[in-house]
Amino acid sequence: MNTPIIRVYALVLVLFALLVYFTSKWAVFDADALKDRTENRRPLIEEQQVPRGSITSSDGVLIAESNPQGGGRHPVYVRNYPQGSLFGNPVGYNFVDAGRTEIEQSENDLLAGEQNEFASIIDQLASNPQEGADITLTLDAAAQQLATEQLQSAIASTPGASGFGGSVVAIEPSSGAVKVMASVPGYDPNDVNQPGVLKELNRDEAAPLVNRPTQSTYEPGSTMKVVTAAAALDSGQFQPDTQLSGETGLEIDGVPLENAGGETFGEIDMDFALTHSVNTYFAQVGEKLGTETMFEYMGRFGFFKDPELDFPDDRMAPSGVYDGDTLLSAGDAIDIGRVAIGQERLLTTPIQMAEVAATIANDGKLMKPTFLQSAKDPDGRTISELDPDEQSDVVSEETANQVTDMMTHVTEEGTAAGLTVGGIAFAGKTGTAEIDVENGINRPWFIGFAPADDPQIAVAVMLERCQGCFGGEVAGPIATQVMESLIN
Amino acid sequence: MSARNRELLALVPVAVVVAAGFAAVFIVKDNEVSDVSLIYAGYFLGLCLAAHIFLRIRLPYADPYLFPLCALLAAVGLVVIYRIDDKLAFDQASVFVLGLILFCLTILFLRDYHVLERYRYLIATAGILLLMAPYITRNPVNGAYLSVDIGPIAFQPAELAKICIVIFLASYLAENREMLSVAARRFMGLTIPPLKHFGPLLVVWGAAMLMLVFIKDLGSSLMFFGAFLALLYVATGRFSYVLIGLVIFFVGAYAIGSSITHVHDRFEIWLDPFGRNAPEGAGQVQQSLFAQADGGLFGQGLGESLLKLPGPFAPNCEQPFPDCGSILPAPHTDFIFAVVTMELGLFGACGLILIYALIAARGFKTAVMAPDGFSKLLATGLTAVFALQAFVIIGGVTKVIPLTGVTLPFVSFGGSSIVANMILLALLLLISDRARRPPSEPIANDPIDLAGLPA
Repeated sequence: MNTPIIRVYALVLVLFALLVYFTSKWAVFDADALKDRTENRRPLIEEQQVPRGSITSSDGVLIAESNPQGGGRHPVYVRNYPQGSLFGNPVGYNFVDAGRTEIEQSENDLLAGEQNEFASIIDQLASNPQEGADITLTLDAAAQQLATEQLQSAIASTPGASGFGGSVVAIEPSSGAVKVMASVPGYDPNDVNQPGVLKELNRDEAAPLVNRPTQSTYEPGSTMKVVTAAAALDSGQFQPDTQLSGETGLEIDGVPLENAGGETFGEIDMDFALTHSVNTYFAQVGEKLGTETMFEYMGRFGFFKDPELDFPDDRMAPSGVYDGDTLLSAGDAIDIGRVAIGQERLLTTPIQMAEVAATIANDGKLMKPTFLQSAKDPDGRTISELDPDEQSDVVSEETANQVTDMMTHVTEEGTAAGLTVGGIAFAGKTGTAEIDVENGINRPWFIGFAPADDPQIAVAVMLERCQGCFGGEVAGPIATQVMESLIN
Repeated sequence: MSARNRELLALVPVAVVVAAGFAAVFIVKDNEVSDVSLIYAGYFLGLCLAAHIFLRIRLPYADPYLFPLCALLAAVGLVVIYRIDDKLAFDQASVFVLGLILFCLTILFLRDYHVLERYRYLIATAGILLLMAPYITRNPVNGAYLSVDIGPIAFQPAELAKICIVIFLASYLAENREMLSVAARRFMGLTIPPLKHFGPLLVVWGAAMLMLVFIKDLGSSLMFFGAFLALLYVATGRFSYVLIGLVIFFVGAYAIGSSITHVHDRFEIWLDPFGRNAPEGAGQVQQSLFAQADGGLFGQGLGESLLKLPGPFAPNCEQPFPDCGSILPAPHTDFIFAVVTMELGLFGACGLILIYALIAARGFKTAVMAPDGFSKLLATGLTAVFALQAFVIIGGVTKVIPLTGVTLPFVSFGGSSIVANMILLALLLLISDRARRPPSEPIANDPIDLAGLPA
């Protein structure tokens, strides 16, 4: 009887091996798939048990905190946003039912205290409970407040603007630190935790959940001429004093192109053309440079891809020449002369135009834009700090200085004359994209930086609509006030 | 070294597991568990030592590893239960007192376990009555009839019944194995026993099917029928019987299973626990898999994983944790293996399975060394039913087979399981002591062994 007994034992071992196989399947091999299943509430519950780190602005204003709620010794932490709608964009929200968006999402690993395996084993041995890091953003709450209020009042008081949105972006040129990112209309992230509110906000035609500065693309109008001028000078084919005709009605790509207000000029140089925003001059420049060169420089400025910002991909859009939803490349049939003046099918995000201003301000070097100033772990150790990182060498320092001079003339005697930033010299460029010629509906822009000789802040301001207005008179004053508030 | 000294040495790891486990849980959950709770560990180790001393006196030649291995399982179980709820650990440690008493009584009164052969029909009847008891008292748990309430205690008679039925089968087959294996015809390459002897086989099959109909539990019937097939194979050496047995079991199980909703649901859940139309109860298996997924290779550590639903997530219910308010249902009984995987990882879980494999090895070794047919069959049957029980519940938790509500031997919380398995262990040790005793050492004259029955 002994042989059968041993065989029965062998069978038992086979059965046990089956158990080992299946246990390793669930615990290791299929573990990630199981964790991702929607039925699995474990990751969500565990996350709520971790005190999430706070978010503070660079000027020390508390933007988001986590408060314990219920459960005595086993509380869950619920997010509170003391500033209400001021930072609804771009900070976003983090709730069990509504989910997680924007900066709350892009900085989640820090906020939730996700660590590498090794650090968490050490923490376990030391029996430290998992805790999130507190982060400080580059955003300046006072300037954000000013920008938002100015945008709101401009929208309310400008004909044709009411019911539509606007956007302000301010970047520190030398570091890429985003100091202001205002998107109007906004929403209060605290409300999102109420049942039904998120659905309502999603249906709202004014799209308050959309973070316009990074997510929406607009015709940039004449602000694009800064890109064209920089490309022209840096390529060596043009000088600030290169003469071209400024006559209105010149044929560009076979179609006559008008100057703003039908103004016409004789032979003018680039400095004059930028100062007075002469379309025909820059359209000819664009045609002479050609699509290849224009696209080369646009690419260096950050066009054709998402901004290199620490922000969720689904909340950013690339700037470039679009055919429907498709980005065109240099090989496609494009009226490059009109691209050079911000027309054709060119669409840009407000942050892209702020990056253009910041690049000129920073001697031609584009710094990666970022929101994260610093992060401190629960013990107060700084675990992450803003380390300025160059994204690309766009143009030479000489070119940047030449463009700066021309942009300074814009604010002194050109389309932005009359605007002031605390009496100091500053650089700017207006833009007025005509989006509905019949009804006189325009899209006003202003990009610039200040002070002109030692730039500390670069901005881009955009209103989605206004009737019969110009960038200099609607967007310009918002930009100068925001810059003034951010200059030390 | 003598067997008993080896046994004492083998208890050292048990002490280490209990001490380290309790210390770990105590540190992690220091604000939840009372200081007194550390005594439970000492309480348990004291009981282990008492059992060891008893074995030293009564069964000096018995297998030295069987008891420490079972104690190791119990130690792991106690630590995990302590992690789930410190009060439950006290209850569990207390149940070991009762288990130990019955363990000792079994060894004292069954000095010559061959006496059991005389009462096999009585024992078989008792076993079947025990199995039917929950059905008679109409007490379904999750749709299956598995327990009887005696006062405040929920007694699971199937735990005891498995021992009764193994004793009966071992005794019956020991007597009839010649007939079953020799007087056979061959048909289509299969050996068919004469109908006269085939009869009892059909009776046992019928009993397993009836169990399925009445107690509605596929796992229990698989466990009983599997042990029966193992015994039949060992007794006759004919694999064809096992094949026939398996075929008729699965045909019967399929026919009955598809018509009994409870069994059918379990089957559906097993096939696809995430199916859109998965029957109610699929959530249990889902939670079991999710808990294991959290384990990874090394686990989250004792007391570190999510079990008790926190704050606002906790449901409103009167029953205390862990009966209610646990994300994993029945973490201390049916799903304790999932807790082990979650907190001790794949390595911990494999360690636990390894202990069962080692116990099976010692049990089957006892069967091989046993001097006579009844002893061999009894040891085989007890070991097989023990190993199969572990397979059925771990298999259910890990979705190898449909989930059924049997306990994980020595690990799960529960009185009847501990008591029954202590008796099972006592019987194995009795057989082992007889098998390993040197011929010169006579068996002590026992007051119960008056009949001097033939082997």
